[in-house]
Amino acid sequence: MKNAVIQVENLTKRFGDFTAVDNISFEVEKGEIFGFLGANGAGKTTAMRMLCGLSNPTSGGGTVAGFDISQQSEEVKKHIGYMSQKFALYEDLKVWENMRLYAGIYGVPRKKISEIIDKMLVSLDFESEKNTLVKELPLGWKQKLAFSVSIIHRPEIVFLDEPTGGVDPASRRQFWELIYKAASDGITVFVTTHYMDEAEYCNRVSIMVDGRIDALDTPTNLKRQFEAVSMDEVFTKLARGAKRGDN
Amino acid sequence: MIVVHNISKQYRKVQALSEISFSVGKGEIFGLIGPDGAGKTTLFRILTTLILADSGTATLNGWDIVQDYCRIRENVGYMPGRFSLYQTMTVEENLDFFATLFRTTIAENYDLIKDIYSQIEPFKDRMAGKLSGGMKQKLALSCALIHRPLVLFLDEPTTGIDPVSRKELWAMLQKLKSEGITIVVSTPYMDEAMMCDRIAMIQKGSIMTIDTPQGIIDKIPQKIFAVKADNMSCLLADLRKFESTETCHTFGEFHHITFRYDNEKLCDELKFYLQKLGYNGVKIKEIEPTIEDCFINLTDSRI
Amino acid sequence: MNNPKSKQPKPSSQFIAFFKKEFRYIFRDTWTMIILLILPILMLILFGLGISTEIRNTRVAVFDPSRDVATQQIVNSLSTSEYFIIDHYLSDISEVEQTLKKGDIGIIVVFEPRFNENLNRGNATVQLIADGSDPNTASTLVNYATAIINSSPIVTGNAPTQIGTPLPRIHCEIKLLYNPTMKGTYNIVPGVLGIVLMLICTLMTSVAIAREKETGSMEVLLVSPIKPITIIMSKTTPYLILSLFNLTSLLLLSVFVLKVPIVGSLVLLIGLSLVFIFVCLSLGVLISIIAPSQIVALLVSAVIGVILTLMLSGMIFPIENLPLVLQWLAQIIPAKWFIEAARNVMIKGAGIAAIAKELTVLGGMALFLLALSVKKFNKRIE
Repeated sequence: MKNAVIQVENLTKRFGDFTAVDNISFEVEKGEIFGFLGANGAGKTTAMRMLCGLSNPTSGGGTVAGFDISQQSEEVKKHIGYMSQKFALYEDLKVWENMRLYAGIYGVPRKKISEIIDKMLVSLDFESEKNTLVKELPLGWKQKLAFSVSIIHRPEIVFLDEPTGGVDPASRRQFWELIYKAASDGITVFVTTHYMDEAEYCNRVSIMVDGRIDALDTPTNLKRQFEAVSMDEVFTKLARGAKRGDN
Repeated sequence: MIVVHNISKQYRKVQALSEISFSVGKGEIFGLIGPDGAGKTTLFRILTTLILADSGTATLNGWDIVQDYCRIRENVGYMPGRFSLYQTMTVEENLDFFATLFRTTIAENYDLIKDIYSQIEPFKDRMAGKLSGGMKQKLALSCALIHRPLVLFLDEPTTGIDPVSRKELWAMLQKLKSEGITIVVSTPYMDEAMMCDRIAMIQKGSIMTIDTPQGIIDKIPQKIFAVKADNMSCLLADLRKFESTETCHTFGEFHHITFRYDNEKLCDELKFYLQKLGYNGVKIKEIEPTIEDCFINLTDSRI
Repeated sequence: MNNPKSKQPKPSSQFIAFFKKEFRYIFRDTWTMIILLILPILMLILFGLGISTEIRNTRVAVFDPSRDVATQQIVNSLSTSEYFIIDHYLSDISEVEQTLKKGDIGIIVVFEPRFNENLNRGNATVQLIADGSDPNTASTLVNYATAIINSSPIVTGNAPTQIGTPLPRIHCEIKLLYNPTMKGTYNIVPGVLGIVLMLICTLMTSVAIAREKETGSMEVLLVSPIKPITIIMSKTTPYLILSLFNLTSLLLLSVFVLKVPIVGSLVLLIGLSLVFIFVCLSLGVLISIIAPSQIVALLVSAVIGVILTLMLSGMIFPIENLPLVLQWLAQIIPAKWFIEAARNVMIKGAGIAAIAKELTVLGGMALFLLALSVKKFNKRIE
């Protein structure tokens, strides 16, 4: 692949004698929506942490946005966005204050900030909620806002860790439309999810089982390969073989 | 088993629940389906006697939720959404603790939790905090079941849980139902809604509809078509621009579309429209609506 | 469903299960263990060593207008003790303040004129002047000097006395410059006891209960047949036991390492501590009931239990020197009453009658806090 923005080779992470991530290799192309699936405890979060430069691999390595994940983790962090289900926004700040804050954190030039915030409010249709405290927003809205904030600095790649967990179907769809839009703007999207219909929205999907990547292809090919009618079935077939159920 | 009549609850200015009424039969799995903030948790808390409703009444097994709260507390199992067990106690210690709390022992009701607990038993000496999400929920469910409750309240038990663990959890619920345990469960997953005997769709504190999942599907007035083509993300935008489109949403590998009016020819018109825009591999077929279609349909019409 | 469970409650087994759980929580968390067991000892040693090292070889200045045999003997007694070194004699009483200000002199002994004559009449006065801005050191110095002077041979009877005259007694007039009252100063051990018990009983209890709210387990506990009183009892008992352990270790430490003797009744001291522990536990329970989260419980207990106690209990700053408003505020700090009573028992050897007031106040506080907790504790979560 010529335009690979994520390249991972033999990435391994061990905690004591426990191998959380076991020798995984893959590439993600620019502008791709890459689904990173796996059962709870399969090693997704650990792998994602390494890609974001938050933890060092035990062996193997890779590059993200052209920077080495173990040597240049600070550079990596400058070129990615990150959003997780658990932590995203400051609940006690207003919508615009969160935007303002993250724009500052991500180093958006001061002059551009207010312009960007206005644009974001419009595109999210959030103008009326500008002064609402984040904790008063419904979960679906929060997640949409969190996503927009995570790409406020136009990163090359955005990592989304179960962004739609617990979100209702209507809001989930709106969320995915934001993802599509970001992808069409050239932002690579690396996303984990437990919703198998969302797996279908990805260009390519990898499925982790017990720290290894057991399958990686387009949803259509995966379904063909595993003779399944849906991604749910593919996932079930793979994950049923998992030995471990821990982190 | 459960009879709820005109329950309302207000938090400061927010009307969390307004005039909720429904009833649940013995051994039924009753689903509460609705977005975050719809009032599901409030309803759970009222029914488990944790908070008082502003108005309205409800009974469980004939016990009033206000007067007979002691009886109710002895006979329900409750698993709150954010429940995280005792992190620095082992699996077995957690289960043992809850067994004692409910004045029973693991041995006494082992047969009831056997199916689900046997899956985590190999890890019984591990700290609960070190379990994965799926295993934690299985343990939490075991803890909620250890005293063989009449009614089980599960507030989003599967959020954040992988599909396989979800299926296992639901298989367990079906088995509990066959044991005569009544289950009230909330979930954001629509595929799980299909596994309930009846579901109530809640939005902004009121029930939009209560029926069997099939009953709700049958009530949908419009025909639903699934559309697929090579470039799905552009397709969505273009489908919405199509003049006869009423709603259009992503649904896994297809987009689901409803039209403003019923017309045999619409399908062909749409196909022609898409081909003209240069789409390859266009597929359009009428489909049986899913519960998710219904939910979106109901939420859309509300907004 | 016509056969709902009707087993009789066995609160004792619930209590034991809960109690075991709580202890597991404490013992499996290294940091909790450190705070609970090491910190108290560390605090006492740090404070305690602070006082005991400074006492040795303190330089003494003397103003002696009489220069007779009695004053000479007393000065000798002082200089032969391990605590004091006679530095120099002052030539004029007006030099006192200046001498103390320089800082290298810890205490000044001022004899009255015609000291020996007065002594033989049984009524001699010596003035001990110390720098009161460091009240702990000053009061220790003054206490030591008083003891040495009163046990000096000239006083205890080796000096010639006439039959029929009363045994000579020297009246030591103590004067602390910059901090004239000595009350509320000599209280390192009682002070540390007060703070430690506050820390363990109030802070740890409040956090332990608030944690259950935060993790959602409180909801599960409430939707179970367990009674709220059982929850509270089983949450507080482990901390009661831990604080008894700390009480023992601190008292042993103060007697055998810091050599601060317990003059009064040990039983009375322990009884007093139990009343105070009761107050702290009730306060902890009350805080946790009101606080919505662990962090709020922690902050509130830290402010009330540690900072306010440290500042207003008389441990660091004598209460009399505080602004009036803070003096009033100090009256509602439980540790203030405890420290005062504990000091009286430990150091002055006071009996139960002497600390009856403090005991009553503490008991009243405990009842009040408990009543408030029970009133506030909800069977529901609103």
